[in-house]
Order: sequence, then structure tokens, then C-alpha cells
Amino acid sequence: MADDLQTLLDTLAPLLVDGSPHAVALGFRLERIEPGLAEMRARYRDDLIGDPDTRVLHGGVVTALLDHACGLAAFAGLGGKDATATLDLRLDYMRPAEPGRDVVAIARCRRASGLFAFVSAIAHDGDETDPIATAAAAFMVSRVSQEAAEKARRAFGKSATPISKVEEE
Amino acid sequence: MSPLGPLLSSPYVRTMGVRFDGHGDELTAILPYAESLVGNPLIPALHGGAIGAFMEIAASAALLAGTRLAALPKPIDVSVDYLRPARPQDVYARGIITRQGARVANVRVEAWQDRRAAPVAALHGHFLIKPEGGQ
Repeated sequence: MADDLQTLLDTLAPLLVDGSPHAVALGFRLERIEPGLAEMRARYRDDLIGDPDTRVLHGGVVTALLDHACGLAAFAGLGGKDATATLDLRLDYMRPAEPGRDVVAIARCRRASGLFAFVSAIAHDGDETDPIATAAAAFMVSRVSQEAAEKARRAFGKSATPISKVEEE
Repeated sequence: MSPLGPLLSSPYVRTMGVRFDGHGDELTAILPYAESLVGNPLIPALHGGAIGAFMEIAASAALLAGTRLAALPKPIDVSVDYLRPARPQDVYARGIITRQGARVANVRVEAWQDRRAAPVAALHGHFLIKPEGGQ
């Protein structure tokens, strides 16, 4: 069962970030997706700097990275079937990221049941034990996101086999 | 230089395409629609992270417009409530400074699209500020 979910997530992985124009525009890359866990990287880029004097990435980049990583962890936590809508996202900015370094977000789904998923995440710039930011987010499966997931399944066509397999179980 | 100068020269703010519209003491931040802001093209809805980031920019703008600051405000913590899916069109936001101390300010921001009375998201957060001439 868990292996099936992993197969499904592996199948969907290319879509989960590259299917989102904003994530692509900011250069996000999916590093890891497992049942209830997502890891994503934002490459350091000059056009994402917040303050030219310090050359630190804008807080908004970290916000978008954590939001996306949390959404993926919720998706994976809920069984990879339904897209989710974010209810809220709370961020603590522990310290500025080091200029020049990539930022990596690691999001873990703490609990997922039925319609809701609760996720916590950290963002770090090289050392997981010294995060630059932490986040807590709540998600729900909304009607709008369910319709979108249905469209995605249809668009995915033949390679959707793993999805139907999961649904039947 | 306009009090919003430090924000206007921020590479990320320019990448996002954020503009500002000030009338007297009312300041509206504008996030013009671009395809690159879309989070999920199947709904379609703007990326929640883009909305959150835009509201952080709107909060900074409210602080810069209200007091002469020696540097851009830095977020300490922010909390974003997503109230409606943001459609693929322009987003507007206004910030209100709830309380401003010597170093920390509490700001609330609301973002909306068609109707201001139907916000798509709300943010509140604390920002570290460095007033000009201060310590």
C-alpha cells in the first residue's frame, strides 16, 4: 500500500513542481517526495534578492517555497489523490539566509484524515539543524481542488494507472 | 527619493512586478496578473506563496510610507489566512499598522480582487524596523 503510494508519487513527481508556473518561475526543484514528506529547493538567484544592500533572498521566496513544500506534503499525506487548498500558513523567520546559498524546505505532514491535513516545515540554507525559517500550515480538500485533481487525472491519460490502483484499494 | 524607494529597487519586488498606487495617506499595492504567478493552472488559481509574498511586500510598503526607515523592514513572523482562491487577474492589498514600537511593528494586510469586501487572503505579522536616526 505504502509502496503503491510511493509509486504514485514518483509517477506524479514531474508534475508537482513543473506543473506550477509560479514554482517554475522561481526555479523551485523537487528533491524528494514520500508519503507525508516533501523536500524542495530554491536556487539562489540575483533576481530573487530582497534587499540589494544585504543580497539576502526576499522573505517572499521562502514563503512561496514553504507554501509549495507544505502543499506537497499535505497532498502526499492525504494519499496523493486530491489536490488541497491552503487554509493558513504561519511562518517564523529565524534568521536571514546566507547570500549565495540555496534554500531547502522540508515539509512533513503531521496528520492527515479525510478532508484535512496538518503540516510543519523548516527551511534551511545548508544545515537542517539551523533553520532559517519554520512553518506550520493547515490544508483541506476543497471542491475546487477536487475538480482540478479530476482534470489532472484525465489529462494524465494512460499513465494514470497507478492512481486508479490506489483508488480501488 | 520616494519613501518606497528601497522597495522599488528590490530585485524580487521587480521580479514579481508589484506596483504601488498612493492617494494621500492611502496606499494600495498592486500585483498585476502574469502567467508566472499561477500556482495551479487546472483551477486556475494564483500561487498561495505569491499571494503571501505580495502581502509581505504590501506590509513593508505600509511601514515605509508611515515612517522614515533606514532599511527595509524584515519579517519576524507572519500568518496568512487564505480565504478564497485567487483568480488569474490583478490582486490588490492594503496594510494597516496595528502597533508600531521603536523596533517592532505589527501589521495587518488584506488582499482582494474584484471586491474589497470579499478578500482573497489576510496576513498579520511582526516586522523588525530601523527608524531613521534611531539606534
